[in-house]
Amino acid sequence: MARKRKIGNAVCYAILIIMSIIWLFPFVALVLQSFRGESGGMVNYLVPKQWSLANYQFLFSDSCKYVRWYTNTLIIALAVTVLQTMVIICVSYALSRMRFSGRKALMNIWLVLGMFPGFLTMICLYFLLKQMGLTEDGAVPGLILISVASSGMGYYVCKGYFDSMPRSLDEAAILDGATRAQILTKMIIPLSKPIIIYTALVAFMAPWCDYIFASYVAFGHENGYNVAVSMTRWVWTNDYQGYFTRFCAGGILVAIPVTILFMCLQKYYVEGVTGGATKG
Amino acid sequence: MEEKIVRRGPVGRFFHWLGKDLKEIGATFAEGDLKTKLSFLIMGYGQLLRGQVVRGLTMFLLQVASLYFIFGFGWQYFSKLPTLGTVETAKINRVTVYGDNSFLILLYGLLTVVVIALLIFLWRVNVRQNREAEKRLARGKRLASNAEDLRSLLDKNFDKTLLALPVLGIFVFTVLPIIFMICIAFTNYDVNHQSPARLFTWVGLENFKAIFGLGGQEGFGNTFFYVLGWTLVWAFFATFLTYFLGMAVAILINKKGIKLKKLWRTVLVMTIAVPQFVSLLYVGKMFAVDGLVNAYLLKWGWIQTAIPFWTNATYARILIIVINLWIGIPYTMLIVTGLLMNIPAELYESARIDGANPLQTFWYITLPYMLFVTGPFLLTQFIGNLNNFNVIFLLNQGNPKSMSLTNNAGATDLLVTWLYKMTINDSNYKIAAVIGIMVFLVTAIISLVVYNTMPSVKDEEGFQ
Repeated sequence: MARKRKIGNAVCYAILIIMSIIWLFPFVALVLQSFRGESGGMVNYLVPKQWSLANYQFLFSDSCKYVRWYTNTLIIALAVTVLQTMVIICVSYALSRMRFSGRKALMNIWLVLGMFPGFLTMICLYFLLKQMGLTEDGAVPGLILISVASSGMGYYVCKGYFDSMPRSLDEAAILDGATRAQILTKMIIPLSKPIIIYTALVAFMAPWCDYIFASYVAFGHENGYNVAVSMTRWVWTNDYQGYFTRFCAGGILVAIPVTILFMCLQKYYVEGVTGGATKG
Repeated sequence: MEEKIVRRGPVGRFFHWLGKDLKEIGATFAEGDLKTKLSFLIMGYGQLLRGQVVRGLTMFLLQVASLYFIFGFGWQYFSKLPTLGTVETAKINRVTVYGDNSFLILLYGLLTVVVIALLIFLWRVNVRQNREAEKRLARGKRLASNAEDLRSLLDKNFDKTLLALPVLGIFVFTVLPIIFMICIAFTNYDVNHQSPARLFTWVGLENFKAIFGLGGQEGFGNTFFYVLGWTLVWAFFATFLTYFLGMAVAILINKKGIKLKKLWRTVLVMTIAVPQFVSLLYVGKMFAVDGLVNAYLLKWGWIQTAIPFWTNATYARILIIVINLWIGIPYTMLIVTGLLMNIPAELYESARIDGANPLQTFWYITLPYMLFVTGPFLLTQFIGNLNNFNVIFLLNQGNPKSMSLTNNAGATDLLVTWLYKMTINDSNYKIAAVIGIMVFLVTAIISLVVYNTMPSVKDEEGFQ
C-alpha cells in the first residue's frame, strides 16, 4: 500500500514538474530574448550568444516613446482603478441594500445590454469621443471615460458580497439614527476590504491588456498609444525582426510590476472569482 | 369588496396600466386646484408655490432644458429620421457644400426620441407630485421641507444619488450606441455610403437576408454559418476542456502527500498575472513558421520542413484550443481549489469505507457537486469564450484566410473578430451590425435555456 502510494505520488510530481516547465517556458524564453544582443526575430536557440542591455536602452532612448506609452497606460490604469471601484461600490450598494421601484427592471436591462458584443458600438463610441476631442493624441482621457462610464454594469461580484452581509446590521444602524449614506461609508465599506481590493485589482489589470479599443481611439497617433497598442504594432509590423527583442524587453517591463502586484493580492483575487463563479 | 381576477398577458397588462394611469392623470386635473392645473403646462409650478422650492425648480429647469434641446437642437435631426437625409454633399465650383449627414441624423434623432420620452416621464412624475401634495394638504399634513428633500437624497432616496451618474454613463456610452447600431443593421451604411460625403438610408431586412444567404449577395450566407459554426465549436472546447482539465489539476495539487502546493499553484497562476498581449503575442510567434518551436524541431531533426501551424486551418484551430488551455486551466484551478474545501469530508470518508476507488469518488461525489456549484461559472465562461477576442486575435488574427470565405473572414475567426475586421478594415458597418445582433441572439438564447434548466439558480433574497 505504501509503495503504491509512493509510485502514485511520483507520477503526480512528474506531471506537475512537466506542467510547470510548459507553463514557465514562454516567460523564461521572453526574459532571455529581451537580453539578446544579436538582432533578428525568433532564432533557433534560447540562450543569447551575446548578452546585452541594448533593447532596454532603446526603450528609454529618444528615438522611442516607450516612456510616454508606459505613462499613458499607468495613468489610465490608476484613474480607472479609483473611479471604477467607486462606481461599482455605489451601484452594488444601491442594488443590494436598497429596494426601490424599477430595481429588478434595471438589473434585467443591464443583463441584456451585457449580451451585446462590446465592439459592436465601436464606431459610435469613437464618434462620441471625437465630438469631445478625446481621440488621437488625447486618447488617454477618452479611454478612461469609456471604461468608467459603463463600469456600473460589472457589479455582480461586489453585489454578491454585499448580499451576504446580514440585513439586520442595516436595520440596527437605522434604528440608531444612521442615514443610508452613513451606513455605506461607516459600515459597509470598512467591512468589505477583500471585495474592494478585488474590484480595484481587476480594474487595474484590464487597461494593460486593452489593445482593441485603444488602438482604434488613438488612430495611429503615437502620443495616444498605450503599451499594449505600441508593443502589438511592433510585433505586427513588416519589420518585426528588427523590433522583436525590443518587444520582449518592453513586455517584460510591463509584466513585472503587474505580475508582482497580482501575486501579492492573489488571495483577494481568488476570493473574488470564487464568489463570482458560484453566485453568477 | 370582491375583486374580479382577470388574467392578462403582458400586452393586456400594459394597456390596463396605461388606462389606469390616464384616468389618474385626468382625475388629478379635474379635482386639482389652479396650482396643479397650471403645473400640467409649467412643470414644477405647483411645487414651487407650495413652498417645495427644490422640487419645483428642478422640475422647471429640467423642462426648460429638455424643451430647449428638442426644439433648439434635436428637431432638425429628428424630422429627417424617416429618410436619414436627402440632400447630398456636393462640390459646386470647387467649394464643398455640405448636405445632410445621415450618421448625425440617426444618432441625434435617436437622442431626441429618448429626450422626448424622458420629458413625458418627468411630466408624469410632476403630475403625481402635485396630486400627492394636494392629498397630503387635504388631510391636514405638512409637506416635506426643502431641507428634508435634500437630506433624503442621502437617506431614503440614496439609491437615486448613487445610481444617477452610473445610469447616465451607461445610457450615453452603452444604451444609445447599441440602439444606434441596431438601427444601422437596417440601413445600407458601408464603404460606399460613408457620411458625411454620402448619405445612407433605410433598407429594411436586406442585410439580414444577405447574412442568411438569401438575396444572393456575395455569398455571405456560407461565410456566416462557417464562422458561427467555428465560434460554437471553439466555445464548447475552450469551456469544457479547460474546465475538466483545470479540475483535474486542482485535484492533483490538492492530493494528500503532494508537497509545495503553493508553489505549483503560483507557477500556474503566472498566466493570469502576465498581461495577455505580452504572453499571447510571444506564444503566437513561438509557433510561427520561423518560430522557436519549428526551429527546435528542425534542429533536432524531428521534422524536415517547418510545420505551418498558423497557415493550415486545422492546425491553427487545434493549436488555438491548446494554447487556450495554457491560459484557462489556471483560472479553473483557482476556482475549483477554493470549492474543493467546501465538500464535506464525511462524504469522502464514508465513500472510502464503502470501498470506493478514487475514480468513483470523483465521479459520484466531486463532479456532481462541482457541476452543481459552478453552473453559473460555466455559463459565463461559455459566453465569455463566444466573445473571446484576445486569444484569437493576438495569436493569429483569425487567419488563415480562405478563398471560399468573403469579407476577410478566416478559419479561426469568431463572430466578434470578424465583426471587428469588418468595422476596421472594410468599413462594412451594416453587416457588422447584423453580426453584432446575431451574437446577441446566440448569447441570449443560450443564457435563457441554460438559466432555466440550471438547478443552482436560487432565489436572490434567499442569501440574505
